[in-house]
Amino acid sequence: MTYQIQGEKGTWEVVIGMEVHAQVIAESKLFSGAAASFGAEPNSQVSLVDAAMPGMLPVLNEYCVEQAIRTGLGLNAQINKTSVFERKNYFYPDLPQGYQISQFLHPIVGKGEIEIDLPDGSAKTIGITRLHLEQDAGKSVHDQHPTKSYVDLNRSGCALMEIVSEPDIRSPDEATAYLSKLRMILRYLDTCDGNMEEGSMRADVNISVRRPGDGLGTRCEVKNVNSLKAVQQAIEYEAQRQVEIIEGGGTINQETRLWDPAKQETRSMRSKEEAHDYRYFPDPDLLPLHVADTWIERVRETLPELPDQKKHRFMKDFGLSAYDANVLIAERVRADYYETVAKGRDAKLAANWVLNELLGALNKDNKSISESTIAAGQLGALVDLISDNTISGKIAKDVFAEMYKSGKDPVQIVEEKGLKQVTDTGAIEKIVDEVIAENPDNVAAYRSGKDKLFGFFVGQVMKKSQGKANPNIINELLKKKLSP
Amino acid sequence: MTNLTHLTIEQALKGLDKKEFTAVELTQAHIKAMEKFRSLNAYIVETPEIALKQAAESDKRRAGGKAGLLDGIPLGIKDLFCTEGVQTTAASKILEGFKPQYESTVTANLFRDGAVMLGKTNLDEFAMGSSNTTSAFGNVINPWKRKGDNTDLVPGGSSGGSSAAVAARICMGATGTDTGGSIRQPAAFCGITGIKPTYGRCSRWGVVAFASSLDQAGPFARTVKDNALLLRSMAGYDAKDSTSADRPVPDYAAAMTGNIKGLKIGVPKEYRVDGMPAEIEKMWQQGIEWLKAAGAEIVDVSLPHTKYALPVYYIIAPAEASSNLARYDGVRYGQRVTSGKDLKDMYQKTRAEGFGEEVRRRILVGTYVLSAGYYDAYYIKAQRVRRLIYNDFMSAFEKCDVLLTPTAPSAAFPIGENEDDPVKMYLNDVFTVTGNLAGLPGLALPAGLDAKGLPLGLQLLGRPWGEETLFNVAGVIEKAANFTALPESVQKAA
Repeated sequence: MTYQIQGEKGTWEVVIGMEVHAQVIAESKLFSGAAASFGAEPNSQVSLVDAAMPGMLPVLNEYCVEQAIRTGLGLNAQINKTSVFERKNYFYPDLPQGYQISQFLHPIVGKGEIEIDLPDGSAKTIGITRLHLEQDAGKSVHDQHPTKSYVDLNRSGCALMEIVSEPDIRSPDEATAYLSKLRMILRYLDTCDGNMEEGSMRADVNISVRRPGDGLGTRCEVKNVNSLKAVQQAIEYEAQRQVEIIEGGGTINQETRLWDPAKQETRSMRSKEEAHDYRYFPDPDLLPLHVADTWIERVRETLPELPDQKKHRFMKDFGLSAYDANVLIAERVRADYYETVAKGRDAKLAANWVLNELLGALNKDNKSISESTIAAGQLGALVDLISDNTISGKIAKDVFAEMYKSGKDPVQIVEEKGLKQVTDTGAIEKIVDEVIAENPDNVAAYRSGKDKLFGFFVGQVMKKSQGKANPNIINELLKKKLSP
Repeated sequence: MTNLTHLTIEQALKGLDKKEFTAVELTQAHIKAMEKFRSLNAYIVETPEIALKQAAESDKRRAGGKAGLLDGIPLGIKDLFCTEGVQTTAASKILEGFKPQYESTVTANLFRDGAVMLGKTNLDEFAMGSSNTTSAFGNVINPWKRKGDNTDLVPGGSSGGSSAAVAARICMGATGTDTGGSIRQPAAFCGITGIKPTYGRCSRWGVVAFASSLDQAGPFARTVKDNALLLRSMAGYDAKDSTSADRPVPDYAAAMTGNIKGLKIGVPKEYRVDGMPAEIEKMWQQGIEWLKAAGAEIVDVSLPHTKYALPVYYIIAPAEASSNLARYDGVRYGQRVTSGKDLKDMYQKTRAEGFGEEVRRRILVGTYVLSAGYYDAYYIKAQRVRRLIYNDFMSAFEKCDVLLTPTAPSAAFPIGENEDDPVKMYLNDVFTVTGNLAGLPGLALPAGLDAKGLPLGLQLLGRPWGEETLFNVAGVIEKAANFTALPESVQKAA
């Protein structure tokens, strides 16, 4: 379905490209040994290099490079065997060196692509232009003192991957699908935690509009879009704004704009003329980075199964729908959980229990699957109890509720509460006879053709057996005894 | 007891071993001499307490049979090397009062081998200069004077404090750094010996950066062998410097066999520049004769891109410097001008007041050549020519083992001369910048005096990692030249 904006003078198409900054999961920073964890006391994770003391020199963190290679492979991208770190020069108090070490002309990762899943169930390929490694800046804190600003350098020097997409995105939905998929891939690879609230994944959105079929329009870069919702809203607003300007006879200025979530609008931050001249040049403190084929291959061997591969396998091997498969693979832990439950069992039944019961309950409590009180093995045991007729599906729901509350094993709950299904035909027959005897009117009505009353009899028998009677036996006996 | 300050390092180590004197006595003698020559302004900070403490510890080590390679030898440390707990300024106002919490790798290596630090020597601000007249802490005065003329002369730059101190016998050796000639040219002006080793030989970690792809630390001393001893301790691989070379450090002194029979000495014709004094030309010819007499073969070579070296250098060095010096913003350390009305104003005032004229000039030039629209025409082109200059040397080294050239186009000049014209001042580096651009080792040593009684130097340039050959050839020239002249003031003091 094409997303189009209806202007006063016709329809418009939106063209979107994304620049995502993803903080690399690593013990230490890109060029120093300081810790890179989030949430520590301000300025407690700052080495002499991060503070840019005189005479300090950067030393490249091999693990961060490996993470970039891993991510590149996960994005089906070309790994450049030679890349160059350059200095991006500008002054700001949270940039201690007065330059950011980044990659410019020669990034470590070149062209790639990912497949995004759209709400209507279709898929689309989005091109990746490049991925490069760079240092993060520190943080300026302006709200702690009336006249002073504070600087926290904990983040200064942490490794970032900047992942740039081709302008292949055509709607707000595609943009959020792209971000979701990218985040999913990064999490599967364990190269970025994808946490947009903590800022470990940040997106800048390049937006332009054009008449369908025309060449690219002038774009604006929108910053400060810190959630999927903000991405959606910012694109809708910005595209509309551009359409109104062009239809009003104006032109779009290439500029950087800021998304204001409170006012729900973008506003100009700096124009092209005011743009910094970053004076990029190769960092003479660092040699060009050469990556050996053997290293790339070694990393490739350690790649986990990626979301799309997993999705297709789930559909093929487990007979799941694309929708169910998509939900299950959304997180690697979730998919792993499901696979443990499904192993050696009815895969569809397992999927139902994970999707409907477990995820339903967790969602209600705003919890993730890693916080579940029920271990995958325990949920599997519950599926076993259903499959071998120890309990009915209905009883299983009660057992599940108890498991969810207490974390106990299902077998234990069934035993303690005496929930085992009654399969003794004689005992069930006795109840069936009682129910028929107690409801002569309904029996007569049923026999005279009111088939729907069958359910009433099943319910009555179930009730008397406290839910434990095997439903198949009840059905069989009732059919026999009720037939005229 | 002989005059301890006039000993070479080699002699002093022998004397210490034979218990002719102690390290404390050796250090005390130097501290006394430093007081006498304070007017030279060779030191920004003197550290007699640290020196005496280190010397006492050295004596204990020697008594215990655990003396290091340089144990008890008092040195001057160029104030570009960060020294833990001791003010490090790079001769700039912007770093006044800055005391590093860390020790540079090179000085740490020297202290590991037992060296004693007498103080931090003066230099051109951020090592930018050829006359030591850009220091925020005043000019350094060369101990040498023209015959019958009391005019103060420059010691050369940027390591002018180190070279003046070694020449004045107020330290036995000193550290320097050489980005375009900052060890070799002052060595020549002060009649001593200095070597800039191959790029990557000494760690740059903890050395205030000027131009990262050119900066290289090296020693000053009064003999070739003393330089060999110092470099052995200073050099070595350092994982903290990504441009440091992971290769073993040879025993350089052992390479000084004196045998250069059959060695090919290249004489590059492009180093005969217009306006060079005839005396320097003569000295160069004399050097050629000495080496010939010692059995070396003289080969004429050509380095066709030499004429571009100076402009290339004055694009690349300022470009890197403009970025390297961005960290001096008054935010985290050093001097800050607090009267700024906002952030930008604070930056501008801090940097305008903190940096001297020459530093500001080079930051401006560097910013210009890196800016959009000029980058390709200047910086990229300069890098290409730099490669051609390197290729010139590699071709030359197919025909010869070492190159012999003058060190500088003139002898020491009066303070104030060349000040009105920066380009004229930059010409001082014409023979030395090529070595930095190509990353080659270069050694400068005194060969004689000119008619005015001032020392003139010769330079040897070697293949990458060819320091051993340089020391060996330099030893031969040193012996032949028998340079024993002393500045008059030093003679009087002796």
